[in-house]
Amino acid sequence: MTIAIALAYLVAAVLFILGLKQLSSPKGARNGNFTAAVGMVIALVATLPLLHFTTAGVIIILIGAVIGAAVGSVGARMVKMTAIPQMVALFNGVGGGAAALVAVAELLSSGAHPAFSEAFPSVFSIVIGSVSFAGSMIAFAKLQELMTGTPITYPGQQVVNGLLAAAIVGFAIAILVIASVPFSFIALMLLALVLGVAFVLPIGGADMPVVISLLNAFTGLAVAASGFTLNNFALIVAGTLVGASGSLLTKLMSDAMGRSLANVLFGAFGQTHAGAATAAGGGPTRSVRSASAEDLGTLLAYSQRVIIVPGYGLAVAQAQHAARELADVLEKRGVEVTYAIHPVAGRMPGHMNVLLAEANVPYEQLKEMDEVNDEFKNADVALIVGANDVVNPSARNSPGSPIYGMPILNADQAKNIIFMKRSMRPGFAGIDNDLMFGPHTMMFFGDAKDSLTKLVAAVKAA
Amino acid sequence: MNNELLNELTFFVLAIFVGIEVISKVPTILHTPLMSGTNAIHGIILVGAIVIASGAHTPVTIVLGLVAVMLATTNVVGGFVVTDRMLEMFKGRQAAKPAPQAPTPQAPAPK
Repeated sequence: MTIAIALAYLVAAVLFILGLKQLSSPKGARNGNFTAAVGMVIALVATLPLLHFTTAGVIIILIGAVIGAAVGSVGARMVKMTAIPQMVALFNGVGGGAAALVAVAELLSSGAHPAFSEAFPSVFSIVIGSVSFAGSMIAFAKLQELMTGTPITYPGQQVVNGLLAAAIVGFAIAILVIASVPFSFIALMLLALVLGVAFVLPIGGADMPVVISLLNAFTGLAVAASGFTLNNFALIVAGTLVGASGSLLTKLMSDAMGRSLANVLFGAFGQTHAGAATAAGGGPTRSVRSASAEDLGTLLAYSQRVIIVPGYGLAVAQAQHAARELADVLEKRGVEVTYAIHPVAGRMPGHMNVLLAEANVPYEQLKEMDEVNDEFKNADVALIVGANDVVNPSARNSPGSPIYGMPILNADQAKNIIFMKRSMRPGFAGIDNDLMFGPHTMMFFGDAKDSLTKLVAAVKAA
Repeated sequence: MNNELLNELTFFVLAIFVGIEVISKVPTILHTPLMSGTNAIHGIILVGAIVIASGAHTPVTIVLGLVAVMLATTNVVGGFVVTDRMLEMFKGRQAAKPAPQAPTPQAPAPK
């Protein structure tokens, strides 16, 4: 490696670190992304003079780059804000797949007996990259609702997955020791793909963000391992940075849900009531109170304090603008309106802030959970828009509940609770919510956007 | 163990610590954008993909190189663009935004 290239890689590494630093503070986040992108361009450009291109090489690089850039930019621009989690999963998965393919290609080119220091990271990259690719695709399918979001489990699943993992480790060791029927790498890759699928299947849709974050860290490590294979410092440093920060971020995200990472990955969270959810389709056995838009409009108009609790339903219905409109008409009447944001509202931590910011909701009205929880008891109305699990009191009260221990918003302490929901279907975690049956709760069924629009009209009329 | 491998290991270990340290104070609202941003950074695998694709001459290496470059470019371009779209939502509002989750739980509610 010439000195110029080494220095360029060093600059790129510094830019990645600065970018990450900026990304983790609200002030500089957007610049941070730009900083990292500049680092990426520098690393790419610096690599080119090092290479001896074949004609075929030039052609495939151009074709691949054009297709990839088109898919990436169009996909990223067209995606709706609500679908961002699965988009991140997709982009993460293809990165993992690329890392695995790079390692396969490098091993194939290095002959029958590669040195251990080259073979070991390659095998690692093939396994981890493939797990990340397959796992991310399943995460995408679950969030995109191409397949069921509820956990898919069967008896002895953990044992089967454990055996599968053990088989992969054994096979990998065999490849390293015996070396090397070249296409044994391909077989190893296929096994790892199966493991990736099997690993994510038993995890519920609500936990996908944590899984995506974990697989993101996996891809980082696979990239770093490919860096060892190719003796490329840029790959090692950038991949390791992502592996390390991604691991910490995964832990922070499961902490925000009040659960351990092991519980998220192996708890088959939410499957206990999956059957009950379908059984309840015909209507719940317990009765709920539903109210008309006019009644609710009057209630809201003559309240002093209203706390809006937005959830994924608001995001799906693109109702953030309607929510702001309701808040505006209420404020005009002197009602104090705040939004209570649960750390995992929506489907990813921070998801709801992004959506409400899009609707120009002032930051001062957005309150984090710890900040707002004591205010519910002074609130006249808690208006729950398409949220469910994050206000489910069973997280506090019933130790048997799958979400027991998760921090929740104390919406149940408000004097009145308006629960806006599309239907009686349980939330993403697949469990019933006692709050719907509470004595102070009024249900208002319908699409979040339509319902909010009706409430705006009703408040204006009141 | 040769010198180059030793250097690589040194970088690897130091990068682990830097990676953990640099994001340790991230507030909850930035979890998603940060995840997306790190996702874009591991798109650096495009460098590796270009390296293996550049010398491709057999059918197998040509196919591997093409697919690897395609996937890696999707990762890089999509990753940065989608992160930027998310963060665009925050623009112009930073001034009004106090640190949303202060490390000390007893921090008073921001005005």
